[in-house]
Amino acid sequence: MTFEQIQRNAIAEWEALGKSKKPRIYVGTATCGRLSGALKVLDQIKAELEQRNIDAEVIEVGCIGCCYAEPLVDIVKPGHPRICYSNVTPEIIPRLIEDYIINDNPRSDLALGTIGDGSIDGIPKLFELPMLKPQVRIALRNCGYIDPENSNHYIANGGYSGLVRALKMTPEEVIEEIGRSGLRGRGGAGFPTATKWQACRDAPGSEKYLICNADEGDPGAFMNRSLLEGDPHSVLEGMLIGAYAIGATQGYIYVRAEYPLAVARLRTALKQAEDYGFLGDNILGSGLSFCIEIEEGAGAFVCGEETAMIRSLEGRRGWPYPRPPFPTTSGLWGKPTTINNVETWGDVSAILQKTGEWFAGYGTENSKGAKTFALAGKVIRTGLIEVPMGITLRQIVYDIGGGIPDGKDFKAVQTGGPSGGCLPTSILDLPVDYERLTAAGSMMGSGGMIVTDSDTCMVDLAKYFLSFTQAESCGECVMCREGAMQMLEILTDITEGRGKPEDIDLLLELGEAIKLGSLCALGGSAPNPVLTTIKYFREEYEAHIKEKRCPARACKNLISFYIIPEKCEGCLICLRKCPVNAIMGGKRMIHVIDQGKCDKCGICLDVCPTKFDAVIKVSGEQLETPEEPIPIGSWKKA
Amino acid sequence: MTQFTRSRGDLIPILQKVQEVEGFLSPEAVAEISRFLDISENDIYSVASFYAQFRFTRPGEHTIKVCLGTACHVRGGERILDSMERELKIKTGQVTDDFKFGLERVACVGCCALAPVVVLDEDVYGKLEPVKVKDVLALYKKRS
Repeated sequence: MTFEQIQRNAIAEWEALGKSKKPRIYVGTATCGRLSGALKVLDQIKAELEQRNIDAEVIEVGCIGCCYAEPLVDIVKPGHPRICYSNVTPEIIPRLIEDYIINDNPRSDLALGTIGDGSIDGIPKLFELPMLKPQVRIALRNCGYIDPENSNHYIANGGYSGLVRALKMTPEEVIEEIGRSGLRGRGGAGFPTATKWQACRDAPGSEKYLICNADEGDPGAFMNRSLLEGDPHSVLEGMLIGAYAIGATQGYIYVRAEYPLAVARLRTALKQAEDYGFLGDNILGSGLSFCIEIEEGAGAFVCGEETAMIRSLEGRRGWPYPRPPFPTTSGLWGKPTTINNVETWGDVSAILQKTGEWFAGYGTENSKGAKTFALAGKVIRTGLIEVPMGITLRQIVYDIGGGIPDGKDFKAVQTGGPSGGCLPTSILDLPVDYERLTAAGSMMGSGGMIVTDSDTCMVDLAKYFLSFTQAESCGECVMCREGAMQMLEILTDITEGRGKPEDIDLLLELGEAIKLGSLCALGGSAPNPVLTTIKYFREEYEAHIKEKRCPARACKNLISFYIIPEKCEGCLICLRKCPVNAIMGGKRMIHVIDQGKCDKCGICLDVCPTKFDAVIKVSGEQLETPEEPIPIGSWKKA
Repeated sequence: MTQFTRSRGDLIPILQKVQEVEGFLSPEAVAEISRFLDISENDIYSVASFYAQFRFTRPGEHTIKVCLGTACHVRGGERILDSMERELKIKTGQVTDDFKFGLERVACVGCCALAPVVVLDEDVYGKLEPVKVKDVLALYKKRS
């Protein structure tokens, strides 16, 4: 079959689905949806349809990114717009099917928004919602929209037309097109993609490799997983275009073993692409031959670093090696190798399907296009977002994320994962692009974005990230191996009340030394969370060191729990729930916490009924309480 | 082993397959792989011990993975891990004496909206509170 025939068939299938007289039900079953119970919802839908003898199409799709509203179910009735329902449970399915599919009540109370033409009273348009309106969907263009296991859905929506267009150009022209788009690596460092490709193309040798970096290891980041699960073909198409441009014959996708669904969907997509002749020998009659293998990573964060990844693919310890020579001249098995991130490949296919100029129409002067972020932490609407470069952090946190839950105050946003930094309120109006984030002390990184509020201790957060990078340090460079351990010890001392006044300067000195003395980006950026928190939240470090006080009341060794004698009603709830029997009391007796026994789990605070609100967490102060339980009402302060 | 080639590039996929089937990498398995690939056992241990995925001891019947990704961290993941350690009387990375539970910490399972999260075998417990940890474990203590 020619590509035109394949495309015609795919469009016919897609249009038939749109014109179908049957109702269609889309269920978001990416990992995030599944973890929220989407598969139980799916089973319930199938059972309900069968029981009521309703002929409907049930289609599994990826994630549109509204994680806070998962599981998501979309229903389309012929002649009506697609309605997206949020927080769907199996229990609600029978009512929803009866009310909307059988009787014409669209249940606007359960709906999040409508998608496509037309409108329904009482339901806003989904893409007009504050969460979605500022977003631009380039890499995520199909996620949540098409069935990722049906290649015809992808092809009918422009899929593989980018490859076909590229094959009609010369490899140099393809690289020029990427150059015009201004695309820079989405894995975090932001190296210009066209420059990397050109170097690999120019490198001598006929055997060249191409790698898709899907070893998304940052804690709190799931952009790549979502793209692989929601639209695997867009990544494969990008790789094929790259292979043609640089002259590679073999590609690898190095994907985290912790992403089983992404691996399964990739395998399905690879098989489909082979069947259509998009992979293998003489692709679409162009003379291009290219194969892709999937390699599952074995759980080493450092393997996200390109030279460590190459070692790992060669069956060795994932130890980075010095550059130059860069992988573009000497990479896998010593051959020229191009490594790009999942999102970069997804952008590449979009650019070739449209044009480089179109992509460059988004973004800032030096950072073009859009970037995906995993927005999480203390924010109302957590989710996966794709925003144009240049958007401000404030727009992301407040417009898209909806602000901070429980009426608390914003404290900082952490970007770039363990390699990035914590940015305070004063930086909220910073436009997001590669240079500006770096200048502020953080970095773009792969796209983890964690919002923190007044309950988050910045010293503890810095310690958290450093303990992660310290544990993941491969141990090759002395500064990273030993220096990070020393920094972690100092931070541990500070958070446990043993900090010394000179510690802050020592941390700064060590941090700068580790950045200089490490071979790879892991060590080179590991001190960033510590350095930025000292830069922007130095007073929190000083409170820990000088006053032995944790202002956020988060560091276990610096906090105490007390039962307020005036408020305790002697209900026994906390006493029964305390796992270490540290609470003394009796019915109608004022309860007292034995501070020596208390292991500060905070369960008493969690379980004390809101109407009493008698448990308090303090840091740096003591509360006067009875020595032992006394009857309620008999308490008098000394 | 027939699905693999005798090349070094297949070492990690082989280790993964063996662990998938047997649950861990036994000394016997490592010796077998050493003969198959003609790579010394030392070399294989050097590679296997580098990667967090590989274990050299028998896992517990139920594996508890407490997520300590950044979102779970800021929403109290450590408190959940502390509660697990206290209830099971083991430290993270250990297995209970009766091999019933193994406790692990993981860096992000990717459902940050549900933080803090625990994955127990295939089951996901989101927005978990320390006070509920005991009840969750009780569900599995009964199962054989």
